[in-house]
Amino acid sequence: MAKYIGKRLLYMIISLWMIVTATFFFMRIAPGNPFASEKKLPPEIEANLNAHFGLDKPWYAQYWEYLVRIVNWDFGPSFKYKSQTVNDLINEGFPVSFLLGMEAIFIAVAIGVLLGIIAALKHNRWPDYTAMIIAVLGISVPSFIMASFLQYFLAIKMGIFPVARWETFMHSVLPALALASTPMAFIARLTRSSMLEVLANDYIKTAKSKGLSSGVITVKHTIRNALLPVVTYMGPLTAGILTGSFVIEKIFGIPGLGAHFVTSINNRDYTVIMGVTVFYSILLLVSILLVDIAYGIIDPRIKLAGGKKGE
Amino acid sequence: MEKLLEIKNLEVSFQTYGGTVKAVRGVSFDLHKGETLAIVGESGSGKSVTSQSIMKLIPMPPGHISGGQILLNGDDIVPKTEKQMEKIRGKEISMIFQDPMTSLNPTMKIGNQITEGLIKHQNMSKQDAKNRAIELLRLVGIPMPEKRVNQYPHEFSGGMRQRAMIAIALAANPKLLIADEPTTALDVTIQAQILELMKDLQSKMDTSIIFITHDLGVVANVADRVAVMYAGQIVEMGTVDEIFYDPRHPYTWGLLASMPSVDSDHSADLAAIPGTPPDLTNPPKGDAFAARNSYALAIDFEEEPPMFQISETHFAKTWLLHPDAPKVEPPEAVKKRIRQLSSTFEKPVLVKEGK
Repeated sequence: MAKYIGKRLLYMIISLWMIVTATFFFMRIAPGNPFASEKKLPPEIEANLNAHFGLDKPWYAQYWEYLVRIVNWDFGPSFKYKSQTVNDLINEGFPVSFLLGMEAIFIAVAIGVLLGIIAALKHNRWPDYTAMIIAVLGISVPSFIMASFLQYFLAIKMGIFPVARWETFMHSVLPALALASTPMAFIARLTRSSMLEVLANDYIKTAKSKGLSSGVITVKHTIRNALLPVVTYMGPLTAGILTGSFVIEKIFGIPGLGAHFVTSINNRDYTVIMGVTVFYSILLLVSILLVDIAYGIIDPRIKLAGGKKGE
Repeated sequence: MEKLLEIKNLEVSFQTYGGTVKAVRGVSFDLHKGETLAIVGESGSGKSVTSQSIMKLIPMPPGHISGGQILLNGDDIVPKTEKQMEKIRGKEISMIFQDPMTSLNPTMKIGNQITEGLIKHQNMSKQDAKNRAIELLRLVGIPMPEKRVNQYPHEFSGGMRQRAMIAIALAANPKLLIADEPTTALDVTIQAQILELMKDLQSKMDTSIIFITHDLGVVANVADRVAVMYAGQIVEMGTVDEIFYDPRHPYTWGLLASMPSVDSDHSADLAAIPGTPPDLTNPPKGDAFAARNSYALAIDFEEEPPMFQISETHFAKTWLLHPDAPKVEPPEAVKKRIRQLSSTFEKPVLVKEGK
């Protein structure tokens, strides 16, 4: 197991290096520079600025410097927010985004799995149709439209939740719901189809022939096997929630990391783009690793390479 | 001998988009304590549906038992609720399925799959149940049961899984074991081992077995009596000797003639039964087998044949046994095996309805 995780960590570092390299060069290829958007600067000042941020050095020197900095977990100063470093931006924004993301993932998984199970157990009856109508709506309505709907009905018309901003728990409910709606619908459909597949399996008949009640069969024999595809989906789901949160954060005026990501690209704020990209990449790689480990725990048929304990 | 199971005129149908499929159309048979009854027939003949109805394991809906009685120790289980059935399944009746690769839960330890039933039916503590599971695994011939009990199905070979499946089925000492083609998915040497094991366990535990198969070789090996099913009906039933040495129904002749044997020479073709079983959404008028039957009489296309009794234990549902029927010779392959059995009546007797 330790050997397996070590190997995976090594692969993660290689992937990260590739991401850093690709982002670094693609960003430089893009036209414009961090100081281009403002009013025309005198060439001397621009040269000074370039020198200050090290942009006057040849590309390989910049690239090398950047790699060394990342290894030391230093993403450098922001080009736009003069007094802040990228680390400051991440430290401020990430906890907010993380909280929102976790809340959304929790809602998506809890409600999605529940809807899927109900739909499968009541296959082709009204609960199934109801759950699937909710799922189709969730998949086909984009999160930003869902966000506006929630704001209009639950906040403005009914006044249950605040419209926007990030202060109390109540403030987080609507954005989390909006963010969760699509993955929740997807999980519901996934759970339903995999439950139906498992229910048609012979071992469910075996369980029934032992005289177990349908409740015990559902909990002990069906759900565990049916959740495997859902666990697989958790990796991409984390990515989806993180990227999805850019839009939602904007709509609800939430001071998360997503806003920085979007504005930094428009500003050609090189260090912020790089820093946030690297940071998100690490999150994603870690979540995929966690999913793979969880998979090995849930399904004994999947032996993580290197973990030959059972042989 | 005491009757354990009595099935009277069982009818099972399935609602489908194409209409109602009458999968089982009036099946009756008895099963005594400690006896093995083989049910043979082609795919779709209703043998699996019949056996699963005994445990009420057919999916309802779309399936439902539309008529008849299933008496277990004299108690009709057809009207029983799911809750009541849970007390019968696993405890009174158990089942072994065809494919051991899919009939065990892949994410659950073998031991837990055995103990589940024990804990439910015999109120055992977890530790007692586990000890009993180890004992059962040893009983079904699995080496190192203490280690195996903590393993998952994927760590077992096909034959070992079927042994584990038998251990699960026998866990609560059921009175009736239904084996639905338990050896079909196994290779031949393993088949023989599993059959030996089942016979051995049957003599130890005095269980009755309903053995469903399409392999007549297996039937000869394990069964006391044989029921031949076709299109949802039993067309011939008798002791093993009666079915193998004195078959009376043309369908049984067809089955026997299509069975390869080691001493048949290569020049002789295996006789296949032509055509396919009828569509049971609209069962044909008359004898369901008539269209595929080269011995079919004119009446076969008009009226369903009644059951005739050939000996105390031997029944066949064919017009050929009627006193007015022309005398026909069974196919060569069957004629070779026919022997005079002492128990045979002088003349076939028409069985009155309701008997």
